[in-house]
Amino acid sequence: MSAIFILIGASLVVAVGFLIAFIWSVKDGQFEDDYTPAIRMLFENGIAQKKDAPEIRSTFEIKKVNTNKPIVKKQN
Amino acid sequence: MEQVKNSLKLSCYHCGENCNDTSIHIAEKAFCCSGCKMVYEILNKNDLCTYYDLSQNPGITQKTKVRANKFSFLEDAQVFAKLIQFTDGKQTRVTFYLPQMHCSSCIWLLENLHKLNPEIIGSSVDFPKKEITVVYNETKCKLRDVAELLTAIGYEPHINLSDMDEKVVKTTTKGRLFKLGIAGFCFGNIMMLSFPEYFSSGIYYEKGMRELFSFLILALSLPVFFYSASEFYISAWKGLKQKFLNIDAPIVLAIVITFGRSVYEILTSSGSGYLDSMSGIVFFMLAGRMFQDRVYNSISFERDYKSYFPVAVAVKKDNNEENIPVSKLKVGDRIVIRNNELIPADSILFYGKANIDYSFVTGESLPVEKGIGEIVYAGGKQIGGAIEMEVVKEVSQSYLTQLWNNDAFSQSDEKETSFIHKLSRHFTILLFSIATMAGVYWGIVDSSKLLNALTAVLIVACPCSLLLSATFTNGNIIRIFSKNKLFIKNATVIESMASVTHIVFDKTGTLTQNENAKLIFDGEALSDFEQQLIRTLAAQSSHPLSKHIYNFYPQHQLLQCESFAEKIGQGIEGSILGIQIRLGAAQYILNRLVKAENGSKVYVEINGSEKGSFVLKNNYRAGFETLVQQLKKDYTVSLLSGDNDSEKNYLRSVLGENAELLFHQSPAEKLNYIATLQAKNKKVLMLGDGLNDAGALKKSDIGIAVSDSINNFSPACDAVLAGSEFKLLKKLLDFAKTGKNIILGSFVLSILYNIVGIGFAVQGTLSPMIAAILMPASSLSILLFTVGLSSLIAKRRNLI
Repeated sequence: MSAIFILIGASLVVAVGFLIAFIWSVKDGQFEDDYTPAIRMLFENGIAQKKDAPEIRSTFEIKKVNTNKPIVKKQN
Repeated sequence: MEQVKNSLKLSCYHCGENCNDTSIHIAEKAFCCSGCKMVYEILNKNDLCTYYDLSQNPGITQKTKVRANKFSFLEDAQVFAKLIQFTDGKQTRVTFYLPQMHCSSCIWLLENLHKLNPEIIGSSVDFPKKEITVVYNETKCKLRDVAELLTAIGYEPHINLSDMDEKVVKTTTKGRLFKLGIAGFCFGNIMMLSFPEYFSSGIYYEKGMRELFSFLILALSLPVFFYSASEFYISAWKGLKQKFLNIDAPIVLAIVITFGRSVYEILTSSGSGYLDSMSGIVFFMLAGRMFQDRVYNSISFERDYKSYFPVAVAVKKDNNEENIPVSKLKVGDRIVIRNNELIPADSILFYGKANIDYSFVTGESLPVEKGIGEIVYAGGKQIGGAIEMEVVKEVSQSYLTQLWNNDAFSQSDEKETSFIHKLSRHFTILLFSIATMAGVYWGIVDSSKLLNALTAVLIVACPCSLLLSATFTNGNIIRIFSKNKLFIKNATVIESMASVTHIVFDKTGTLTQNENAKLIFDGEALSDFEQQLIRTLAAQSSHPLSKHIYNFYPQHQLLQCESFAEKIGQGIEGSILGIQIRLGAAQYILNRLVKAENGSKVYVEINGSEKGSFVLKNNYRAGFETLVQQLKKDYTVSLLSGDNDSEKNYLRSVLGENAELLFHQSPAEKLNYIATLQAKNKKVLMLGDGLNDAGALKKSDIGIAVSDSINNFSPACDAVLAGSEFKLLKKLLDFAKTGKNIILGSFVLSILYNIVGIGFAVQGTLSPMIAAILMPASSLSILLFTVGLSSLIAKRRNLI
């Protein structure tokens, strides 16, 4: 039964680990802006594409928006 | 014909506005103005056109141009030092407020600034705050260049006088998160370690295990007691110092007694204590406060004139213009004010055509023309060409700024103490009498149980459930309000809303919409050609009435204007295709004086014959009449306007015979009117919009700013309401009343729990298990009751 002492010790270590992670994330400012990072991660890296290069889009979001081009384009 | 129709539908590739002028385009992309086209060119040159793929027409219209050397004041060392966050001479970090930010494209573009200017090291956007932080290479790039780059792509940084104040760093939210996180962590672990105690009172314990668990629990409760609960101690102490017993005082008493008794029990091995309940209570109460005190990052409730005033102004010295900080402005300085710029100090007009828009200061709906030698008060905005003026009063002494010296602004923010505190006081007295009675009883019957019973009563009867019900109900109401675009400063505003008896309206900007004043043509029907003539002539003038007339006939093409003349304050005339046409005031066109009429009139004369007149009517907000009918039943209403009384008859008919209508009110008069009402023991709700209402909003029991663009500007107030939701005001006020009843209801519920708990406590038989069950059960059921009920009622009333 003394296994329980080890278990409790281990569980507390794990819990303290999470607590430290939480404190670190608060200090890091992760709870300050909860909107921009969510948008930011949808942007591709290395966005600057050459004009002639074929457009590569991997994000679903961008594709969806892309189909709704302004009316102007359809007329021509 | 088909072609014409299509061209009418053309929308700007950059900003999405209708293109009236179809000549501006690149390849197949049309633009509404050369400004938009220029932004597109900049982006295109730098391979940043993904901007247009992320959202449709993401740009900001560039129709109003920004003057070339507008940001030269950023070169001033003093201004620079105040604005930047950090610099080591090589790298500088600065944060700008960009109110134009509105979509994901904006974020993308603004975070790619380094592609537009290689000297920019990086930039990151905080969208909820609408802020951008830029780090740039100080040796090769100046702050001014950064501001001008942002302006060039359509995001003109908003820099105002309040940016020059010392910045107060907000750490409260972070501190709260720490406290909540640590309390949650300790609460969870203490609960887990207490389980053996709950089940069968610890018969499963082996040797040494109970002691180990107890001491672990004690160790885990220390951060809760000394750190997480600290804000309750501070608040209770502050209250006691002011001889005021707030709700935190009995709560602190309960926390301290629980902790003390538990430590005693653990150290003497006489019991396992109630530390699980204590940390649970602290955790739930902190969570409730967190839920209630949510912050709106992009809304400020504390704006004064400084948020509206520019940082610097152009001063003329020996024929040279120099931008100097507004705070350094001295009497006698010659300042230059350009189109759309604010006049920072009371000055005398020296040169130029002054056309001052005071809507913001006095509530007058139309710009006022001023002649040379006339005094122009601070806060007015020049519309038209540049003017030169001589400062007669320093900024801090000006007409508008003096309003802030009024006593109303030095009062503390706590306008009223919440009924929660009053309720908790009664509760505390009752509690002490029960504790005393139990103590006396056990003192006679069995003195060994005396301390036990006494402390148990105090532990159980902590008014934490009252605090919980209040914070969670308020938090939910605030959430529902914000869904209806009413953003309130803090929870006490809900209570003030519930107790309002008198409602005061401002007119311009509050009841009316400044932007869309309605133009009506009164006279014989005009032919298409005549309309075209009128539009062409109106296009030549920058007078706001001309602009209204110009926009009245958007379908017509402009003609060639052969000659044009404008008489200030009178009207305009010109000849188009050989036809003489004149637009202007009655005196100018008809050579006669006409008695003041509703709105403003512009008469039309074509080839010497009078055709009729345009009338500019105030455009009242949608649902205004119905709203007033609803409000009249429960409240007395009155109207304070800085504008003239041209709409008096209409307003009288809507507001009714009993309502007080006052016109030509100065900001100070508005404030005094509120004070008079309050002297009659009325609870006043003031609805206003501009700086002219700032004093009245501050003075009233609750000041609500009505704003068409929530994120932009509203004066200091208790709440901000979106103009589009103005008609919901009655519903929202009713809901605030309901909120108070819900709190009282849940309080009754919590008292029931307390009776059960006290039942055990007075008998001296409160086991840790019962406490541990009662505490979360009461907290959770109260939470469900308040949040559920308030959401249900809101749903019934179509508020969510």
